[in-house]
Amino acid sequence: MIESHAATPEIHGHPALQHHFENMEQQREAGTLGMWIFLVTEIMFFGGMFLAYTLYRNLFPAGFVLASNHLDITLGAVNTGVLILSSFTMAMAVYFTQTGKLRPQVWCLVLTLILGLTFLGIKAVEYHEKYTDRLIPGRIIPGAHFGPDPHAFHLQAGAPELAQIEMFYWIYFAMTGMHALHMVIGAGLLTYLIIFSLKRRFDPEYHSPVEVIGLYWHFVDIVWIFLFPLLYLLGRHLGGH
Amino acid sequence: MKPIESFELPSPSKVNYLNAVYGLKSWLLTKDHKRIALLYLGSITFFFFIGGIYALMIRLELLTPSGDFLESTTYNKVFTQHGIIMIFFFLIPSIPATLGNFLIPMMIGAKDLAFPRINLLSWYVYLAGGIITIYALLAGGVDTGWTFYTPFSTTFSNSYVVATGLGIFINGFSSILTGLNFIVTIHTMRAPGMTWFRMPLFCWSHYATSLIMILGTPVIAITVLLLAFERVSGVGIFNPKLGGDPVLFQHMFWFYSHPAVYIMVLPGMGVISELIANFSRKNIFGYSFVAFSSIAIAVFGFLVWGHHMFVTPQSVYAGMIFSFLSFAVAIPSAIKVFNWTATLYKSSISYDTPMLYALGFIGLFTIGGMTGLFLASLATDVHLSDTYFVVAHFHYIMVGGALMAYLGGLHYWWPKMTGRMYPEGWGRFGALVVFVGFNLTFLPQFIAGYIGMPRRYHAYPPEFQVYNVLSTAGASILGFGMLIPAVYFVWSMRYGKHAEANPWHLPGLEWRTQSPPPTENFEQTPIVTWDAYEFAPPEETEVVGKFHGEVERAS
Amino acid sequence: MQSWIPIVPESASSFSWKVDALYFYLSGVTLFFTLLISGTLIFFVIRYRRRTPYEIPRPVAGSHKLETVWTVIPFVIAMTMFVWGASVFFDQYKPPQNAIEVYVVGKQWMWKLQHATGQREINELHVPVGRKVRLIMTSEDVIHDFFVPAFRTKADVVPGRYTTMWFEATKPGTYHLFCAEYCGMNHSGMIGSVIVMEPRDFDNWLSGNVGSMTPATAGQQLYQTLGCASCHGGSGEGGRGPALTGTFGTQISLASGGTVTADEGYLRESIINPQAKLVAGFGPIMPTFQGQVSEDQLMQLVAYIKSLHGAGTTTPAPTPSAAASPSPARAVASPAPAPSIR
Repeated sequence: MIESHAATPEIHGHPALQHHFENMEQQREAGTLGMWIFLVTEIMFFGGMFLAYTLYRNLFPAGFVLASNHLDITLGAVNTGVLILSSFTMAMAVYFTQTGKLRPQVWCLVLTLILGLTFLGIKAVEYHEKYTDRLIPGRIIPGAHFGPDPHAFHLQAGAPELAQIEMFYWIYFAMTGMHALHMVIGAGLLTYLIIFSLKRRFDPEYHSPVEVIGLYWHFVDIVWIFLFPLLYLLGRHLGGH
Repeated sequence: MKPIESFELPSPSKVNYLNAVYGLKSWLLTKDHKRIALLYLGSITFFFFIGGIYALMIRLELLTPSGDFLESTTYNKVFTQHGIIMIFFFLIPSIPATLGNFLIPMMIGAKDLAFPRINLLSWYVYLAGGIITIYALLAGGVDTGWTFYTPFSTTFSNSYVVATGLGIFINGFSSILTGLNFIVTIHTMRAPGMTWFRMPLFCWSHYATSLIMILGTPVIAITVLLLAFERVSGVGIFNPKLGGDPVLFQHMFWFYSHPAVYIMVLPGMGVISELIANFSRKNIFGYSFVAFSSIAIAVFGFLVWGHHMFVTPQSVYAGMIFSFLSFAVAIPSAIKVFNWTATLYKSSISYDTPMLYALGFIGLFTIGGMTGLFLASLATDVHLSDTYFVVAHFHYIMVGGALMAYLGGLHYWWPKMTGRMYPEGWGRFGALVVFVGFNLTFLPQFIAGYIGMPRRYHAYPPEFQVYNVLSTAGASILGFGMLIPAVYFVWSMRYGKHAEANPWHLPGLEWRTQSPPPTENFEQTPIVTWDAYEFAPPEETEVVGKFHGEVERAS
Repeated sequence: MQSWIPIVPESASSFSWKVDALYFYLSGVTLFFTLLISGTLIFFVIRYRRRTPYEIPRPVAGSHKLETVWTVIPFVIAMTMFVWGASVFFDQYKPPQNAIEVYVVGKQWMWKLQHATGQREINELHVPVGRKVRLIMTSEDVIHDFFVPAFRTKADVVPGRYTTMWFEATKPGTYHLFCAEYCGMNHSGMIGSVIVMEPRDFDNWLSGNVGSMTPATAGQQLYQTLGCASCHGGSGEGGRGPALTGTFGTQISLASGGTVTADEGYLRESIINPQAKLVAGFGPIMPTFQGQVSEDQLMQLVAYIKSLHGAGTTTPAPTPSAAASPSPARAVASPAPAPSIR
């Protein structure tokens, strides 16, 4: 009985309609609502780290400013631009899917993927700098425990701010690392979209995967929009130290 | 209004979701919510018995004041693992992932949950988390208490904290996915005519539960993850050595883990609403109050985590606010209890096993809820926190509440799920044994706690012994009582009487299809024209003795 | 203890009866509602049992009046509990005047206690009856919890900060002391006793157990050997660093704006993490002493600073050792003669 239902999709209309939905409208609504709810869970997930950030920034203002000023603001700003641009290309990909323009849709998806990978590449460069400066907190990396040159922060050896700087980098790596992981997942989803677009699975009637993954991509961008000023721009108005 | 008489039961069909396809692969790759519910049922039962064995070991150890049965390190692992297994791998998924998974689509007239693949994924995620946790237990176990308080868990414990944390982290995603699926399903998949206020209260309580799952679980996920990173890296935000604050961990932990209590008990309240209404053939008194009290519990539940921390250096004013809110969150629960009781007034009460569990639930939940007030009240909490009073209180909620509801629900829907009846006589006997055993186990612990016995003690001063002996005696009765349903449920799957489509003669949508249901649940999408718990058209309800046609045929 | 089976612990502090009274009130309300609900249930279950298989009772409509009643009444009762509980707690929380102070350090799995008069104890605490006793507590490792059931009070003992609690014993005797926060392997062995004595017996006990220096004296020696005197003055009169004499308990203006009360926690933080709350008018030149002083020594330093009430309270010792700087961790960031830290 189920077999027969599944084997006769024409009675439902669209080939992409899953058996348990009544129509495409219901299916799209469910998909979009599902993604929104998922994004709510993501907000709560990052929320825990934002809470820790807020708490320790208030406890250790001096160390946080020193540590923040040591981040490479140029690379951070470039990455912000890259992500904003990728959000734009993603939005265009959704638009072209809805209007059924396959060729520009695929191009936009590919462009988004390239921008996403660019972001990750720049991030890797930044992480490597922190690694050579021995700013990776604790003993995560064997042989390169936390131990930066205090003079890079205009501090004497053993200054109490060093512990605060380590705390900042702990939070920095937790937050940007979690964000980068989301970018990697996003890149995987984009690859899936590109492959299925090339197979012509999407059309104006069935575009919710593009739309839903687009929502996810925008969310990950927005997280970065918060991370950039909070992590990179601390105390910059004070003119630095 | 469409009276029940005119609703035609489906013609008996031999094809159902259990026998539509065969083979291991058809189970492991199923996208049918009913089969996934059974997969969950099997796996949580497995974890329940592991947790039960740990409980037994705890009670045996505490039979005598000196720690002579287990080493203290072993005992610490045993109570930790009892808590972790029972909370994360049994209680949290118990009702939602089995009964909820099976019934929510059927109750609202849908063919499946909105995301069947995600539903299956959630089971695999649960399994992955479970396997990692089992690995941690076999490799050497974990001894931090299920609460993982820092800095003990990050710096001082020598046990498998990271592996266990990873297991819990992964397992959390299974509850997020389940909650997400339920919310979307209830929003978008209701059958025509199934308005929000026609939904059974079971769906309302699961909606509220899902809200907590999606809002709370990510917080425990990130907390456990940060804890694991901190343990690996040697420094971190909970470590006082860097100026970090170990109490921050407690805030983040309880922000989830207090609402998690409601993840465990809200679905139970939903089950009880079903049982009370259906086994007294009466609509729930104050339907909308019961429905909204679930939502109120879910919302207020997020604002009371600080009552776990009255003895920590939390500010006295924060303590007062948390105390006030904790009293406030008790009110919706009280409203439910009063409404259930009022429902029984001038009703027609049957003494079937599910109803016995439901009545037991109301009594035990009342005690569990009222003793919660001792812990919401600041001055008494200072004395009682971290004593056996707390242990007794939360077991009254979790075992007397959630577990009793789960067992009641399992009996109630067993005919629908398996197509077989369980033996009624044994069912009633089992319910009685569980009730007696439970009370004997946990009532004495209230007193032991008030006279000062701290929890998580492996050895204790002799004046507490009398209560521990009573408790251990009760635990053996309770353990025996748990085996009774386990045995006859397994037995009934093969030898039980075949169940009719509607063995209890009820109006709910899940009973208007064959037992077990076909894969698509209903032959056609039902059109709902009646309220929840509408046993007969309003104009006929004056006439006692007239029941719907199906029953008359059966008699 | 009692020969019969106890249902309440011994009551031996000035507020244990207040907690008991609240407890009995709560128990009474619990008993009342449990009996009310289960009595009603049993009555309904018998009275309205199903008599014929086909009966269908008349549906109910619900009642807003009843819903209001059973929302408002429980709320009012809950509020009585809240107010009562909060007010007893508030009494318990308010720090007492003229209390005997005892310093407590918890470590896996023992309690180390030191009286202000210098006597050290392990897992035992002797206190006189009828005097307020204030405990200043911290932990060397994990979180512990100091719990005396007979006094109906407990408080967490947290590493990295001070917590305090107080009690006034009312009845001589020996009472259980438990660690109530799970702390690892031998958690259930981290127990001891509080021995409450008549004041005369307590004085005898004190004089029979002189032993070590008072914490304040030990703190004074540390003050010299750690080189504190070089900035804060030989007897805390101040210098490059802020004066310490008479500061305890006062409001301190901070360099970052705002004020802070100079309590034990603030003094401790300022030794461990000097830059966290700089005193107004002083630069961030003080090195941290984290890792160089144990929790015991920190408490002695704090006790010494608290003892500096004003001129003449302590004899400024000669400070030859003051020049010996404690370690390479000294960080003098600003040029030497700048105004300095507290």
